[in-house]
Amino acid sequence: MERIAPSHIDWRSVVLVPLLAVFTALVIGALIIVLTEGPDDVVPAYVALFRGAFVGISAISETLTAATPLIIAGLSVALGFRAGLFNIGVEGQMTVGGMAAVFAGFALSGLPLVIHLPLAILAGFIGGAIWGGIPGWLRAQTGAHEVITTIMLNFIAYRLIDYLLKQPAIIREGRFDPISKDVLPSARLPQLLDWITPSLRLHGGFILALLLAWGIWWLLFRSTIGFEFRAVGSNPSAAAYAGMSVTATTVLVMAIAGGLGGLAGANQTLGVLYSVSPGFTSGIGFDAIALALLGRSHPGGVVLAGLLFGALRAGGQVMQVRSGVGIDLITVVQALIIVFIAAPALVRALYRVRAGEGAGQLTRGWSA
Amino acid sequence: MSGGQLSTTLCSERHVRRHPLRLELRGITKRFPGVVANDGVDLTIESGEILGLLGENGAGKTTLMNILYGLYSADEGQVLIDGEEVHFEGPGDAIAAGIGMVHQHFMLVPVFTVTENVVLGNEPTGALGRIDMQEARREVREISSRYGLEVDPDAVIEDLPVGIQQRVEIIKVLFREAEIIVFDEPTAVLTPQEVEEFFEIVRGLKEAGKGIVFITHKLGEMLEIADRICVLRRGKVVGEAIPGEVTPGELAEMMVGRPVELVVEKSPADPGDPVLEVSDLVVTDARNHRAVDGVSFTVRAGEIVGIAGVQGNGQTELVEAITGLVIPLAGHITLNGRDITRATPRERHRLGMSHVPEDRQNDGLVLDFDLTENLVLDSYYQEPYSRGIVMDWDAARDHAEELIRQYDVRTPSVDVLASHLSGGNQQKLIVAREFARDTALIVASQPTRGVDVGSIEYIHRRIVEERDEGSAVLIVSSELDEILALSDRILVMYRGRIVAETTPAETTPAELGLYMAGQVA
Ligand SMILES: Nc1ncnc2c1ncn2[C@@H]1O[C@H](COP(=O)(O)OP(=O)(O)OP(=O)(O)O)[C@@H](O)[C@H]1O
Ligand SMILES: [Mg+2]
Repeated sequence: MERIAPSHIDWRSVVLVPLLAVFTALVIGALIIVLTEGPDDVVPAYVALFRGAFVGISAISETLTAATPLIIAGLSVALGFRAGLFNIGVEGQMTVGGMAAVFAGFALSGLPLVIHLPLAILAGFIGGAIWGGIPGWLRAQTGAHEVITTIMLNFIAYRLIDYLLKQPAIIREGRFDPISKDVLPSARLPQLLDWITPSLRLHGGFILALLLAWGIWWLLFRSTIGFEFRAVGSNPSAAAYAGMSVTATTVLVMAIAGGLGGLAGANQTLGVLYSVSPGFTSGIGFDAIALALLGRSHPGGVVLAGLLFGALRAGGQVMQVRSGVGIDLITVVQALIIVFIAAPALVRALYRVRAGEGAGQLTRGWSA
Repeated sequence: MSGGQLSTTLCSERHVRRHPLRLELRGITKRFPGVVANDGVDLTIESGEILGLLGENGAGKTTLMNILYGLYSADEGQVLIDGEEVHFEGPGDAIAAGIGMVHQHFMLVPVFTVTENVVLGNEPTGALGRIDMQEARREVREISSRYGLEVDPDAVIEDLPVGIQQRVEIIKVLFREAEIIVFDEPTAVLTPQEVEEFFEIVRGLKEAGKGIVFITHKLGEMLEIADRICVLRRGKVVGEAIPGEVTPGELAEMMVGRPVELVVEKSPADPGDPVLEVSDLVVTDARNHRAVDGVSFTVRAGEIVGIAGVQGNGQTELVEAITGLVIPLAGHITLNGRDITRATPRERHRLGMSHVPEDRQNDGLVLDFDLTENLVLDSYYQEPYSRGIVMDWDAARDHAEELIRQYDVRTPSVDVLASHLSGGNQQKLIVAREFARDTALIVASQPTRGVDVGSIEYIHRRIVEERDEGSAVLIVSSELDEILALSDRILVMYRGRIVAETTPAETTPAELGLYMAGQVA
């Protein structure tokens, strides 16, 4: 894989390769439609996809609503990448964080929105931070690789939520299927567009996502902590020689990344669903890995990639209804994007984009 | 000398004998953002001769060789083999054309055997594409006996010393039937003994009709081994010399463009209070051997102590313990009277310890950070570079620009990545960072490895200045010349112990050599 965390990067690999990757994935998606449905279905399907994503206020609201948790979760993965850590545990962090936020959202009552909502969001952050901090701590103390431990914690989180949704204090009154009580209105992220049409779902979480992106950018590139994150991610040995603590950094990065994962979960439960039920994360934590790669682990890139994936999700729903091409195509397109991003040589060869000179430099010696 | 200003075509016009392979570079120009790394370079390389390439850090030697090897493509100019123009898309093409390169940092797979490394990517295959290891081993034996490259074909790379690993690299190049072999600073990490062996091998290759390009910053080596020397300065060929017709001083002047003092001027030391005190130190290495086995010594303020020794006799572990990267098994270390045996590297930094690490690319720099970021790598947490957790990049940048100027780091700006600097300029960057602060103690391992003579002069002068301002300085070097030139006191390390203490005035290189080999006189 290409370096993920350089502080200055060649524009070709930052902008051109991702764009070409998306384009190529869509072209192959079209070929798949031709093979499975027939050549006449391509245009209607893509038109429906496009309209469902971008045309009209409702489409845009859906795109942004879908993009919001993707952006937050993508920031979590991107932050890890910058520090040389591979956080595959966003699903679990979302699950735990989303659950914690819901619990705070119905268990505390009688509070005004300005207090209750921040508390519920904070609960989500802390839940996720614990779930991310554990693998960070294991990595720092024992060397256990975070890829393994975060995946394992995903499974534990799924089972944990199954268990919690059987507890009388959490399950909704009168229901026997696993669904939690509803979040009180005072802990819900406010709707942004309901003054136009009540069915528009866009909520305050989108603004939160943009603020978080800015915050993570600031943390990474304007703070001493972020400098440590990037140094440890890029060359842990030099970071240690320079007096940075690699272990402390590892724990901190995983805790913050986990907290972001928790916020992505809280965003869903406080902004869209208002309750928790199994599988509410709907694979966002895994899409987040793809879009962090697509966004080149840069907060700005993650926002753009999140918008794209949000558009694909929102447009995909409409495509499924209108043209009969299954939403699974979107999964395939996203997977293809990852393939092309992870194997940039493929895209470069296809479109004859030159690599930046020195990017593939082999000499790493005294005389490099 | 007058040769310094000779025409740029000189290097290409000598030795016009016919040989199997004649390689010619014509008008090669290579630009990087903000720098012209090669500027209309003409060069010929003949079979059966050793061409020495000399030049300041950043003069463009490595770039030129990377073009020859197909790693970079030239912006202008041609590469000709036996008079015919060739275009290399990558190293594969260059190898096919008979060009081989031994990089300074070896590209071997540590867990593979010698044979496996040699054939990697070029495996002799038997029926059904199975790798024929018997055949491969036979060929490795054949090559190593033909060129006197003694090595066990079944040894695992990570168990071999650097000198032997280098032989494996050479066998690898010969296995691919190279006629022209480029060595980029091959002697920088070798012990004096290994250098002699290496020279024997290179002479053998020359006898066998290979064309050799040899890059080094050590003028003595250059004069010993090269048949002719081509000097580059700021990307241009500035002249040519024949060993025997020039002195080291003349070569240095030709390279740098001004007279260079090859020996440091320094007054006798005036040692003050003890700054670093090491007592009965025991440090174990990764395999639990006692790499440092009961070492005690003191470095006083205003004094330079040099630790001489063949690499691998515990110097690395000693430095790691002093700088806080490993915690010793036993013994004590104090800095200005404070016990720092278990202090973190950051605490030691705060107390005024500076460290120039031995392995600059792995431990000294973050290669994909820019120069500003690298220059505050260990002081970013202090004012003026940050306040609380808020970085002040403007202050850091001003600092960086000042240091770049002071230490003459050749770069278009402080915004380029450290990986884009030439090897010697990377070293200067680290020295600049570590010397810039108010220091109580400087620990420098191989401080001038890969650095050109002009910059060695500068770095040595700075070390002496630091001493005269009252810092204690500990130099670890396998370079005897450096130890003798700089030290006020010399300690010799052998098998984890200090086996001798002396001063430059009282000893000779020959005597030090004996101590270093453990043959205590
Ligand atoms: N990949 C690159 N990108 C940008 N600039 C580069 C790159 N590689 C080399 N340079 C620049 O080109 C110039 C020549 O570098 P080169 O590595 O060829 O020097 P050198 O003669 O080998 O020096 P040294 O003796 O220090 O190894 C330097 O100014 C260096 O900064
Ligand atoms: Mg070089």
